Amino acid sequence: MASTVERYGWAVLMGLLITLAIPWFLWGDSRTALGLPLWLWWHIGWMVLASASFWLFTRRAWGLWIHDAGGDPA
Amino acid sequence: MSTTLQLGIVVGYLLIALGVGLAAYRVTERAAEDFYLASRTLGRVVLLFTVFATLLSAFTFFGGPDTAYSFGPEWILVMGLMDGIIFAVLWYVVGYKQWLLGQRHGYVTLGEMLGDRFGSRAIRALVAGISLFWLFPYVMLQQIGAGGALAALTDGALPFAGGATLITAFMIAYVVLAGMRGIAWTDTLQGAFMLLMVWTALLWILVAVDGGIGTINAGLEASNPEFFALGSEFYTPGTMLTFAISIAFGVAMFPQVNQRFFAANSETVLKRSFALWPVLVLLLFVPAFLIGTWARGLGLEANVGAGESILPVILAEYTPAWFAALVIAGAIAAMMSSSDSMLLSGSSYFTRDIYRPLVNDTISEKREDRLGRFGVAAFAIGALIASIWAEAEAFGAGTVGSILVNIGDLAFGGFAQLTLPVVIALYWRRTTGTGLAAGVVVPQVAYLAFSFLPETPVGSIVLFSSSYLGWGISIYCMVLGLVTTVAVSAVTAQAPDADTGLYFEGLRAD
Repeated sequence: MASTVERYGWAVLMGLLITLAIPWFLWGDSRTALGLPLWLWWHIGWMVLASASFWLFTRRAWGLWIHDAGGDPA
Repeated sequence: MSTTLQLGIVVGYLLIALGVGLAAYRVTERAAEDFYLASRTLGRVVLLFTVFATLLSAFTFFGGPDTAYSFGPEWILVMGLMDGIIFAVLWYVVGYKQWLLGQRHGYVTLGEMLGDRFGSRAIRALVAGISLFWLFPYVMLQQIGAGGALAALTDGALPFAGGATLITAFMIAYVVLAGMRGIAWTDTLQGAFMLLMVWTALLWILVAVDGGIGTINAGLEASNPEFFALGSEFYTPGTMLTFAISIAFGVAMFPQVNQRFFAANSETVLKRSFALWPVLVLLLFVPAFLIGTWARGLGLEANVGAGESILPVILAEYTPAWFAALVIAGAIAAMMSSSDSMLLSGSSYFTRDIYRPLVNDTISEKREDRLGRFGVAAFAIGALIASIWAEAEAFGAGTVGSILVNIGDLAFGGFAQLTLPVVIALYWRRTTGTGLAAGVVVPQVAYLAFSFLPETPVGSIVLFSSSYLGWGISIYCMVLGLVTTVAVSAVTAQAPDADTGLYFEGLRAD
């Protein structure tokens, strides 16, 4: 069974992946690099990072929240 | 460039798909579980691409590039967040748990899984009924899209009704023959084909335009400088998040996607697909939507509001006609791969969750298999008749046809209303059957009311508006569903037949 830190850590990470897939901090920014908007490059990098995180999740924490989860007893 | 060659390419493509279907038929057992789920044997590549191809509808090739052409490329972010990340998380939270339960208890549909837990045939039929309500008009939209695309491709030589009928006939033939296995195989073919096409198109345009990306960006700078900045009047944070959240949650409950959660052959398959997902989404949507954006910088014109699409226009300008026809064939393939899976799932929801529990529960595997195949044909023909009828009415306001088309447009939001109650049921033991039923019905009623009733001012607020404070109504209804499920569960008791430990005990890896 994963430690409490891991249980919450993964939830926070997934939340972070969702929150910053759109780079809100670049709102209104129109700079470009290599012909594409900077915010698009952020998104491309972020999706690759998401894939890497998901891969790590499948290696280290697969089954978290699901395998024999206690839940609230009825 | 002759219409004959273009039509030949499309028909040739359909025939190849049918050939794959026939090959699958030869290895298919005559049993319902095999027909609906390929006996739970889908491997990594096939599962990944079958979900992928299923997610892609006509929208990827027409609606998406058109949106980018009209409003700017921010739509890439919406799709990335929606399909690449939120859906991936749901893939794990909903999909993996469903897969484990399906392995243990042999479920084929979502309704079966819920009905078993809450000891209730009514819940089973309720979930299936709501799903079919949203699915039917959505299948119609695909047929209308395919009929329209074929009519445009052939300059009307093949009229709308003829095109829609041709596509439907092919779909019925291969779904009835091949079942899930054949569909998954052709999906794999189609998914790979679509990726290849969209990248080839992008590179082709880059090479064909004098000065490449520099020229395109200079054109954009002159015509639509606002396309470079993140955000606009159209792309507000509320709008982007409403789309991303409600569509991602909707996708997870679309019968053809949800049912695929049961079909993987092992955990490894689920894991690898989960990890590859964001990158795959990126690989498809970035080029597709950039093409739409670039068309604007290249000064090309399409009257999107009147139903024209920018993709054929830019392809006609910069690529040879045979290539344009291949891409259109890919787009029609995308509509078909969504529709054929929907037909199969729609049929299984009907036979397993409505016909069997409510009419006749004693039929044999073989008969159910035959009934399932018959159901596919009935569903497809019904939707085809409704599509042709809707088209003939030219989408006039207030007609039954136009109402069905509206329902189809709202389908993602409608399915999204099922997700949170199901997640609560999966993860909270104290969820009761009454709580789940209320949590499913209440937001559906609210969503339909706010989508269809005219806006009515009551004092200082307007009732039945489609958005409030910049957020779409589907988001508020999802919250309502969450609150209703929890609140009603808290004050009601478990039914005597309910099995509260079913989703929790003994869930282990292989």
